[in-house]
Amino acid sequence: MTVSRFRTILYTVVAIVAVAGLADATYLSVQALTGETLGCGGSPDCFRVLGSSYAKVGGVPVALLGAFAYFCVFTFATFAAFGYARARTFLIPTIGAMFLATLWFLYVQAFVLHAYCRYCLLSAAMTFLLAGLLIAAPPSQRRSGE
Amino acid sequence: MKRYLPFVIVVGVALAAFGSGAMLYRAKHEQLQAIPQDKALSGNSGTESMHIRGNPDAPVTMEEFGDFQCPPCGSFAAFAEQLLKEYDSRLRIVFRHFPLAAHEHAREASLAAEAAGLQGHFWEMYDVLYREQAAWSKAPNARELFESYAGTIGLNVDQFKKDMDGGQAKARVDADKARAVSLGINVTPTLYINGQPVDPKDKNPEGVRAAINAALAGKPQA
Repeated sequence: MTVSRFRTILYTVVAIVAVAGLADATYLSVQALTGETLGCGGSPDCFRVLGSSYAKVGGVPVALLGAFAYFCVFTFATFAAFGYARARTFLIPTIGAMFLATLWFLYVQAFVLHAYCRYCLLSAAMTFLLAGLLIAAPPSQRRSGE
Repeated sequence: MKRYLPFVIVVGVALAAFGSGAMLYRAKHEQLQAIPQDKALSGNSGTESMHIRGNPDAPVTMEEFGDFQCPPCGSFAAFAEQLLKEYDSRLRIVFRHFPLAAHEHAREASLAAEAAGLQGHFWEMYDVLYREQAAWSKAPNARELFESYAGTIGLNVDQFKKDMDGGQAKARVDADKARAVSLGINVTPTLYINGQPVDPKDKNPEGVRAAINAALAGKPQA
């Protein structure tokens, strides 16, 4: 398999994972906007996590920001898979920022709220997967592009 | 064509995400009515038929329609306890039964609470039911557990058993449910503060506190 083909497959996988993350974040956004933070997935811990002050930034649900971030990753990965070299340069800081935000939210759930929201954990798993896939991309190829 | 394909895919996914999000939002967004004047809870009138926690003369009444088998209602019960401590004499909480058909033991749990209420221990049973929710929700015979809870909180268990099957408890649960249906309620917990529904998007600790504070300040809720 050529490096170019490997990269195309890798970015396609990144795009697919990002779509799954987008679906999860969209669901959580709707929960936040309709006030069903009390009932997400039938889990009582969701209320403590999604109903907490950490679930909003400037009045905007974090899930909505997450949905936007996943959509950006999907867009960049799709363009990268189609050979747009510049898209890859955007992909790295976006996933990097998501990775750091995920670490923060895991810390908040574990040590501040002492409660876990399963959809948030799913999102965290997907962000870690995206970061792993990005690391798997050949570094020299990432820098030089096409 | 290949040149435009990524644009088409990205726009397609954006439309699909937005469309599905909008559809989900519409499906979940409750259309609640304010409690009409003739059904409003004012002052102490009719308190003998309500389950009230907190100061009966409190200026703010939070009416909760709940289901004992609903996990979020259990979380909310703990939060409500916290609210009563925070607002002290300024808040009273009224509980209404709205056992959802999807929850196998919810109606029986409501009857258990009412049977305990007939012996003057509604809130004690309320606390136990929510605290032990995970245990009885999955039990094949939840009623046995309810009877053991009745014994634990010091009720006359024989009387409790009779009352659970009696017409009084059933009538009370049915009356609460009818009230919920008449108000367009279809999810639990649903909250009203001084007769105004708490907007679903505000059904979180911050939103509930803001609504109580607005009621205390005499402002209409947003």
